[in-house]
Amino acid sequence: MDQQSCRQLLAWLSEYVDGELETKLCAEIDRHLMECENCRIVIDSLEKTIYLYQSVSQRDEVPTEVRERLFQRLKLDEFFEE
Amino acid sequence: MSDRKPKEAFSLELLRSGERAEFARLVETYYEMIYRLALKMLNDPQDAEDILQETFTKAYQHIQNFDGRAELSTWLYRIATNEALMHLRRKRPQTFSIESPDYADETAQEPHQILDWRSLPEEELMSAEARTHMDAAIQNLPSSLRVVFVLRDIQGLSTREVGEVLDLTETAVKTRLSRARLRLRAELSSYYSERLEAGRR
Repeated sequence: MDQQSCRQLLAWLSEYVDGELETKLCAEIDRHLMECENCRIVIDSLEKTIYLYQSVSQRDEVPTEVRERLFQRLKLDEFFEE
Repeated sequence: MSDRKPKEAFSLELLRSGERAEFARLVETYYEMIYRLALKMLNDPQDAEDILQETFTKAYQHIQNFDGRAELSTWLYRIATNEALMHLRRKRPQTFSIESPDYADETAQEPHQILDWRSLPEEELMSAEARTHMDAAIQNLPSSLRVVFVLRDIQGLSTREVGEVLDLTETAVKTRLSRARLRLRAELSSYYSERLEAGRR
């Protein structure tokens, strides 16, 4: 893999960051990354993108009223606990 | 990290017999993950609440049809996802696509100069403005890509489970996930690179 293969790398990036690529292809990408700073940045920022989405989503609180109205709608009021 | 809750054992027998306490336990265990899924898919709290209520109403009505081969959570995801996609189809028929998504060439969005924006401080990466931009980027994805990204990366389902929820092969899930991630990365890179350059000026 050489510098011209950067675009080709994009097709494998997602599986690469998930650790799901076959060993041989992984090693080939690792070699490319040692020489190509741009691809390293793309991979690192892809991982960061996934991390950011996971992090901010964890902060999404479900309002108590939403839970309360759900139990009411399902006629499960007697099981609703604050 | 994921939105997934630990597996809990439920009695299918009790659920099928209409045992309300067991169903209440099911609701209590999974309502948050279903609400967050709907919120990420639709980006509207009221719509997300409607999907949440509809999902558990249908689950209660159709629990007899659940054969127990899949996880209950997978079955609930399937109901919620279908409801959310139907909602999108009704609301935005002109942009809805599940079977033949409009895949743009992600590489075309790549700037010539690739900036490493990861050095931005965490509070800037997760500022209110940044979060609005992140939400908008997800909403800009075709629904066929958005649903895969939300289920796999935000809800934490495995590739196989996403395939089960959406009736897709694992290869199709991986392809859609890759396209979704690359598009979001490009969108975020564009936004954060501007912030980075503004900080340098």
